[in-house]
Parts: sequence; structure tokens; C-alpha cells
Amino acid sequence: MLHILRQIATTGVITEPAPEPADATAIVARLQQQVLDTLGRALTIRHVDAGSCNGCELEIQALANPYYNVEGLGVRFVASPRHADMLLVTGPVSKHMAIALQRTYDATPDPKLVVAVGDCGCTGGIFGESYASMGRVANVIPVDVEVAGCPPPPVALLRGILAAVGKRAGGSPPAGGLPARVEPR
Amino acid sequence: MNLGPLGITTASQLAPIPAVRASVGSGQLLGACRLAWEHGGQLLALWVSDDRDLRRGFCLRVLLQDDDGLTLLEHTLRDAFSQYPDLSAIFPAANRMQRAAFDLTGIASQAEDQRPWIWMAGWPIDQFPLQLDFETLANWRPGEVQYPFVHVEGEGVHEIGVGPVHAGTIEPGHFRFQVVGEKVLRVEERFGYAHKGVEKRFETLPLVEAHVLAGRICGDSTVAYAWAFAQALESIAGVEPPPRARWLRALALERERIANHLGDLGALGNDGGLAFGLMQFSRLREDVLRLNQVAFGHRLAMDYVTPGGTRNDLCAPHALLIREQCVALEREVRALRDIYDEHAGLQDRFRSCGRVTPVVCAKLGMVGLAARASGGNRDLRVDFPITPYAALGVRKALQGDGDVAARVAARFDEVLESLRLSQSILDVLPTGDTTVEMPEAMPARLALGLVEGWRGPVMIALETGDGNTIRRCHPHDPSWSNWPAVEHAAMDNIVPDFPLINKSFNLAYSGHDL
Repeated sequence: MLHILRQIATTGVITEPAPEPADATAIVARLQQQVLDTLGRALTIRHVDAGSCNGCELEIQALANPYYNVEGLGVRFVASPRHADMLLVTGPVSKHMAIALQRTYDATPDPKLVVAVGDCGCTGGIFGESYASMGRVANVIPVDVEVAGCPPPPVALLRGILAAVGKRAGGSPPAGGLPARVEPR
Repeated sequence: MNLGPLGITTASQLAPIPAVRASVGSGQLLGACRLAWEHGGQLLALWVSDDRDLRRGFCLRVLLQDDDGLTLLEHTLRDAFSQYPDLSAIFPAANRMQRAAFDLTGIASQAEDQRPWIWMAGWPIDQFPLQLDFETLANWRPGEVQYPFVHVEGEGVHEIGVGPVHAGTIEPGHFRFQVVGEKVLRVEERFGYAHKGVEKRFETLPLVEAHVLAGRICGDSTVAYAWAFAQALESIAGVEPPPRARWLRALALERERIANHLGDLGALGNDGGLAFGLMQFSRLREDVLRLNQVAFGHRLAMDYVTPGGTRNDLCAPHALLIREQCVALEREVRALRDIYDEHAGLQDRFRSCGRVTPVVCAKLGMVGLAARASGGNRDLRVDFPITPYAALGVRKALQGDGDVAARVAARFDEVLESLRLSQSILDVLPTGDTTVEMPEAMPARLALGLVEGWRGPVMIALETGDGNTIRRCHPHDPSWSNWPAVEHAAMDNIVPDFPLINKSFNLAYSGHDL
């Protein structure tokens, strides 16, 4: 126990400010406020791997590390779509995952947000559309925001999540029109 | 392997380690597999190619590995209705490979188990994507299939289905548990959800661009796959990457191993009830990924290994940063290992949980890290060291208990060893270019690439077509050999321990489903 406490003390708090704009405190407050305005509580996310290579999953997992500390922003990954406000979907959507993805979408209560993650989720990526791949996520379910990158680094994912919440807060119809695109830096 | 006693003649095979190939009839195929088994050999991969355009029907390839190196058995099947002998009685891992080969090529084994393995109504059941005349149906909608799981019957037995959408941030797959109370009687895996047509996609890509796809077969092993692909292509093209590039590839591969093991050690602590471990190890993993971005231009080092060399060189200041990070990481990992070892609650979860005994490990033909935690003794970096591993003298991480604790210990040992190797690489990194020009590849050549990735041996079989095209490319993940062991490891454990057991293997879905 002593070793654990010593390790915690020497590590200290390494969590970094959330990304852009320059005033990090403002952005955190804005994200939290937008989440509250839109949903009335913390943002809960259900991740769905619809056929990805596992690269995007690694970067989504990284969001939980102490540098990004996504839970500290009021964003929580949940175990069921029925508990989720947002689906974070990686792709390309394989033919074999299309039904499971559609059912996960249907099981998510309204108002729901969908963020497609990675070049494959945005466009089908190098896998494209084929006998086994439906291509981009938007080919299967409505998408609010697409986050490009192969895979998108955690900061780009955070910006995508923020963009989706902001889009809804701005009053745009649920998953209407073209998805907004967030590019990695 | 000496196939002389069976009257089989062999020829040399392009591969990074000693390898032979042989054409065999069906009797010889069985005989050679039995001989390999008797001498401690393993099945590494099994795949089928459609060679009807060459008037050769179909070709079944079976790749075996033993202490002498690789043996590639080639068995010609006259037409789509020909069958080949069931190899799963000798090598249990062949069962799923045979079923997947049928799903994709329509060539069946004579095995009793003819259930689909990869196919789940993503395309018509009587059509086979890797046949040359396969046509994609634009308006085909995926359907649902009833998969005949094996049910356990008896008083109080019930069934739990999990997946393909899981509770955590992981890949898609289905597990079907047969349970009494909370005890697992049996768990059966069902995969294919992540099948996105990788092998077919390879055939449509120009040879010079295909390494990008190879690096995306399995995102956590991108360096291993890209390197294996580069090995195969380079040996067909007859070029050797510069010495500096080979050493840098090894540096990237060892850092891939370090990053994955750190991630797993954190997740295992978390699944064992110690969230502190996840926070600490995910912090260290992030440090590695950030320095990868600086040194290799990508957090996971995707596209760093290219045919002919590496995408960019390593400058002296970046080498120094890596060296400093290795020293810091070693200190931190040792401190955390002490904490894990001393934590009674964690050890209680780890010890004797999810055990695969050495006997079962050998019978199932397990490979890589999971095998080395169950008394297995193979590591390509030691057994058949390619440059630079011969000069580095890798020490194998061997554990015999076969439980979660053993797989945790193997990871700790390997992280520390990879940190040592990284520093040794930087000590003697050769100077010079990091890439050579790739000439046009000879058509109609088959070459193998084989790299000891962090899970185990990652294999690429590359066959060229005319004019710098790919005729056939079969990637093979070590997970094929180890997934059946997860089913075995879970038996008689309790349901809540399954995530811990599964994570202690951490096998690939995308790399398996292709």
C-alpha cells in the first residue's frame, strides 16, 4: 500500500488541458456546459467497433489515460447503448457488423449523437466498399460528426466529441444533412 | 524438416528464415503433417489459392514450422469439388483455418465439422470471394445466420451470449457461455464480424502501395505486419534493405511490443480490480506513443516500415530521447512490478486463473507470448534470428504456470527485455541510408515474410502477378493458434473472470477475421 501511495504521489497530476482554443479552462467549461445544456447531465458514450483494424480502438482507449482524463470532463464510456447519449463508431462497417451496428443505433435513446471515427469510418478508408465492407459509417446509420485520421489521435477525438455536442447545442436537427468533418492536426 | 523418409523432394522457398517447399499428394500431406507433429513441429498457417487460370485447379498450402525452419506443403486440387484430408486431428488449430478456407475459396476439407467460420451471410453462401470469377453483388444485404453452437444440457445449465458489441472498447466477436451458477462449463467463440475483405483487397492494389494495407490488417501490430510484408516483397524483388533500416525496424518492433505490453499490464490490473494499475501503465504507454510520433512520425509507427527500408531516418536527438525514455521506463516498470507482485488482492485474481497447462499448450499448438507463458519455448527472434536479432542476443521470457499470472509475468519480462534491446540497438545502430529503390518485382513468385510480433509470429505469404501486381496475399495472425486456448482457459472458471482471462491473451479479431 505504501508503494502505491508513493507512486501516486510521485506521479502527481499529469492531466493536460483539453484541446483548443488557447484558453483551456474556457473550453472545458464550455464542453461541460454544452453537455449539460444538451443532455442535462454527463455525456455517456458507447463505442462500437464496426470492423476497424483496432488502431482507432487503441486511441479511444487512450482518452481514458491520465493525460486526457476524459472522465474528468464529464464524458463517460458506458457498457450499453441504452445508457448512451453518443455512439463512437469505428469502421469501415463490415457487412457482418451492419446489423449489429443498426441495432445498437436503434437501442440508443433519442436524442442521440453519432461520431464516426477514423479515415475508414469517414470514407471507408483503404478498405473502401467491397463484397465484405459497406464503407463509411454514414452508409449504414446517420452520422453527426466525422473525425478523420488513421487513427485520429486522442486530441482529435476529443475535438470531434466536442463538435458533435456543439452541433446539437446549436440546434441542428438530429443527424440531419452532411456530417461535420474534424481533421487531425 | 526432413521429408526424405516420405519420398518427398523439396525445393528452396523464399523466406526470411530457412524454408523449403514441396508438392505433395493427399497421403503425403497427412504423412508430412504427422511427421512434423512427431518432431515437435507446429502448424503456422493454411490457405487456398485459385489457380484455375494457370490450369492448375486450386492450390492448398500448409505452412509448418519446426526446429529446422519452415516447410511449405503445396497440394493441388483438380477442381472446386476436390477435397483434401482433414488435418485437425493432428493440428487442432487447422479446424478453423480449414473452415475459413472453405468460406473464402469453396475448397472443403474432409473434416466432419463443416460449419462456416468467417462467413455470416455477408455474401451469398454459394459464392466464394477468393475465387477468380467471384463478382460482388452491389445490392446484396447482409442477413442473419443461425450458428450451431454446441449446447450443454443438464439441470441448471443456462446460456449467456456476449457480443459482437462488447461492454468495453474492444473489437467485435461473440462468446457463447454455457454456465451453471457462475461457473463456466464451456465457452465457444464465434468470429468473422470484422471480416472486411483484406485478402481480396490486396489483389486490387498495386504492389508498391500494398504495404499500407498490410499495416492496417491489425492496428496494434502494424509494424510486425508491415515488416513481414516488406520481407516478402524484398525477397521477390531481390533487394536487401540497408543495415540501418533493419536495425530501425527492430527498434520500431520492440517499441510496438513495449507499448502493447504496457497497455495490457494496465488493463489486466484494472480487470483484476486495481484501477491504479490502468492509470499508471496507460500513462507510460502514452509516453511511448508520443515519442513514437516524434521519432517515427506516427504514434503507432504506422507506415514507418516500407518495402526497401523505413520511411524516415532517426536523428541523433530523437535517439537520445528514446534512450532516456528506456531508462525512465525501466525504473517505472520495475517499481510497478513490485506493486503488482505485493498486491494480495491482485495476485489472488491472477494466480491459477485461466490456466492452460504445458501439455494442452503443446497439443493445441499455441504460439507466441501465450505459449511462452505455458511452457512453450519458441521465439523467432532467438530460434531464427534475422538481422539485427542475431547480434542482440534476445533472452526468451519463459513461464510455465500457464495462468493469468504467468502471462502477466511474461509481459513484464518482455517489456524489460525490449527496453534493453532498444538501448542495445541504439548503441550500435549502423550508419548509412535507410532505404533502397525497389525494382519491379518478378511475376509469379511466392515469398513468405515472418516476424515475431508482440503476440507471436506474424506471417505474410505474397504471390506476385504480372506488371507489379499482387496475385494472392495471405496474412496470418498468431491469434489463429491461440483463440482455441482461450476457450480452454475459461473452462471451470467463473464468468466474471472471463474478461481477465481474455485480456491476459489479448488476441486479435481484425487480424484474424481479415
